[in-house]
Amino acid sequence: MELLGEYTSMKKALISIAFGLTASLLATGASAQATLNSVKQKGFLTCGSNTGLAGFGLPDAQGNWTGLDVDLCRAIAAAIFDDPSKVRYIPLAAKDRFTALQSGEVDVLSRNSTMTMSRDTQLGLDFPAINYFDGQGFMVRKKLGVSSAKELNGASICTQQGTTTELNLADYFRANNMKYEVVAFATSDETFKAYDAGRCDAFTTDASGLYAERLRASAPDDHIVLPEIISKEPLGPAVRHGDNQWGDIVRWAHNAMLNAEELGVTKANVDQMKGSDNPEIKRLLGTEGKFGEAVGLTNDWAYRIIKHVGNYAEVFEKNVGEGSKLKIKRGQNALWTKGGLQYGMPIR
Amino acid sequence: MQTVVSQTSPPKKSILYDPKVRGVFYQVLLVAIVGYLFWIAATNAIENLQRAKIASGFGFLNNTAGFDISQTLIQFSAAGSDYGDAFVVGLLNTLIVSAIGIFFTTILGFLIGIARLSRNWMVAKVAMVYVETLRNIPLLVQLLFWYIAVLGPLPQPRNSIEMGAGFFLNSRGLFMARPVYTADAWAIPAALVIGLVGSFIYRRWAKAQQERTGRQSPVGLVTLGLVLGLPILTWIVLAIMGANPISFELPRKGTFNLTGGMQILPEFVALLLGLTTYTAAFIAEVVRAGILAVSKGQTEAAGSLGLKPGQTLRLVVIPQAMRVIIPPLTSQYLNLTKNSSLAVAIGYPDLVQVFMGTVLNQTGQAIEVVVITMGVYLTISLVTSALMNIYNRRVAIVER
Repeated sequence: MELLGEYTSMKKALISIAFGLTASLLATGASAQATLNSVKQKGFLTCGSNTGLAGFGLPDAQGNWTGLDVDLCRAIAAAIFDDPSKVRYIPLAAKDRFTALQSGEVDVLSRNSTMTMSRDTQLGLDFPAINYFDGQGFMVRKKLGVSSAKELNGASICTQQGTTTELNLADYFRANNMKYEVVAFATSDETFKAYDAGRCDAFTTDASGLYAERLRASAPDDHIVLPEIISKEPLGPAVRHGDNQWGDIVRWAHNAMLNAEELGVTKANVDQMKGSDNPEIKRLLGTEGKFGEAVGLTNDWAYRIIKHVGNYAEVFEKNVGEGSKLKIKRGQNALWTKGGLQYGMPIR
Repeated sequence: MQTVVSQTSPPKKSILYDPKVRGVFYQVLLVAIVGYLFWIAATNAIENLQRAKIASGFGFLNNTAGFDISQTLIQFSAAGSDYGDAFVVGLLNTLIVSAIGIFFTTILGFLIGIARLSRNWMVAKVAMVYVETLRNIPLLVQLLFWYIAVLGPLPQPRNSIEMGAGFFLNSRGLFMARPVYTADAWAIPAALVIGLVGSFIYRRWAKAQQERTGRQSPVGLVTLGLVLGLPILTWIVLAIMGANPISFELPRKGTFNLTGGMQILPEFVALLLGLTTYTAAFIAEVVRAGILAVSKGQTEAAGSLGLKPGQTLRLVVIPQAMRVIIPPLTSQYLNLTKNSSLAVAIGYPDLVQVFMGTVLNQTGQAIEVVVITMGVYLTISLVTSALMNIYNRRVAIVER
């Protein structure tokens, strides 16, 4: 009897596994919509971040994630939960990042990813905003005596695989009729280590990344960044195609930070600004209109972002600008009013 | 007695209670359920991909690749090749490192396995330390050790180590002279084929003669002479006649690196070293077990027949030990092949690195790419396994 009992319970378990499997296979399709609901239900946002890129996504000495891309995730969490710490970061290598987003492992990918047409149309992704305009450059050792990328004929070049960088590199050398040897690694860490160890003559990635990685070199001053920028790299967050409400939240989180900068609303003065008579500020901070409710948030969604995270200028300076080790100039990332490309869409 | 009678003529039972029919029914049912689950999974995946606007299908293999690969055994360029070519490049890179790795690891493994049984205390202990160290450290760590600690400190190309005979060593790899063939070069492989055929015929003749008369012939020397000597002789003769079939292009110093000649990438060397030394530790244990499985009486019997220790090992012990060695040796070969996918950590462009790395990411077609890659490894393993099984059947003991 004992044996029989075991046998039937095993059979029951098998049947439930079989049904569970079928159910889960059938169910995966349904979660394409309503990312917001699932995030609210979980109680936190899962954010695909860089495995470690200073200024963009990197855990600090205390293990807290910091960076420009990280702050976008914190802004989204602040808008939803009024708490920027309700984010779980999943560090992703370049080659794994889109699969992680497609499969639902992360809610949003905020990991200096270039928006391209094929990624937008064939990978089932959407890029709701561009939070950093960048371009690809090269870094070499000073002692090579190279002062232009055009002199790199015959060089070995370390790059990270699965990136637009890898493709631009091939294009650039082909267009300039030069030869090179590519050495591609899976993670940015491995790529830079190999370059630093002398495996390659040059290291290539987005210009912002070059400055960030140079800090990690065994002797940062031995390396120079060449002046050529060989590509357009509009970097921004990505979400799954098809959940428009979720895409809207990510898009407007970025735009709220831009508008706050333009209107002079900062982390420090946001409470005071709530009493402003300026209708644009009133709409931004939710004292007028019901813009937050329209995307499934509360009306003070942008107030929460600015209160907890800050406006775009604050986030930029803290992570990659003068307040950071990278000391990157605003350049293309200045507001449109100051000759840059960052243009906050009107909230109205 | 009653029961015996009733057994010889059982009453007609319903087909429903026939255990055979029931068995078949349950098995068919199981296959149907499993098949149905796979079908559901496949159609569901396709449907979801379409709904999420993710491209699907295998058409991407014909799209232009757009990226370059460091080691390509076939012609490959970013503009002129497609993802299918990139797949072939990755596959060939996996196969070549596995094949060369299996070759060297077999030799090294046998040597160490035999050394562990040596009566020389020092030799046996060194072999033991080798085995215990290498098989107890994760392979990934060993690969990184070879790549970063051993090959990392090599000098920059401008200070290449000249090793003579056209060999140079630097942080970009090992450089050597590249043979350039002329129109007359066909004579050398032709001579090699003649040498191979000749040595095969000679071996058969030598075996027949030994069985007939008991006289032994210098088979090894003659084979070596035919296989190696004949092509070299052809080369020399052609060179004397003024039609040098092969010339060598030496590597020269360029702006950044040596140009010309042949280059073996440090990634390849590190992977080969790591796989070979690691797997050899396991093979050594397999060989030791195999030799110990041959009873001592066999060695004593061979000795009493007047065979020398070397002959005893070669003619009596190893052939019997092979029966024990082959099946686990096959697993080690399969392990080596599968472990070659760790190349991804040190930037060697094997199948996983190129296809599941770059191609998967550029196309975003994870399901197709992963399915193809799994299929490839499965096929390689099954083919290796099948070949080893054929060999095993040949060396297995023949019961008389």
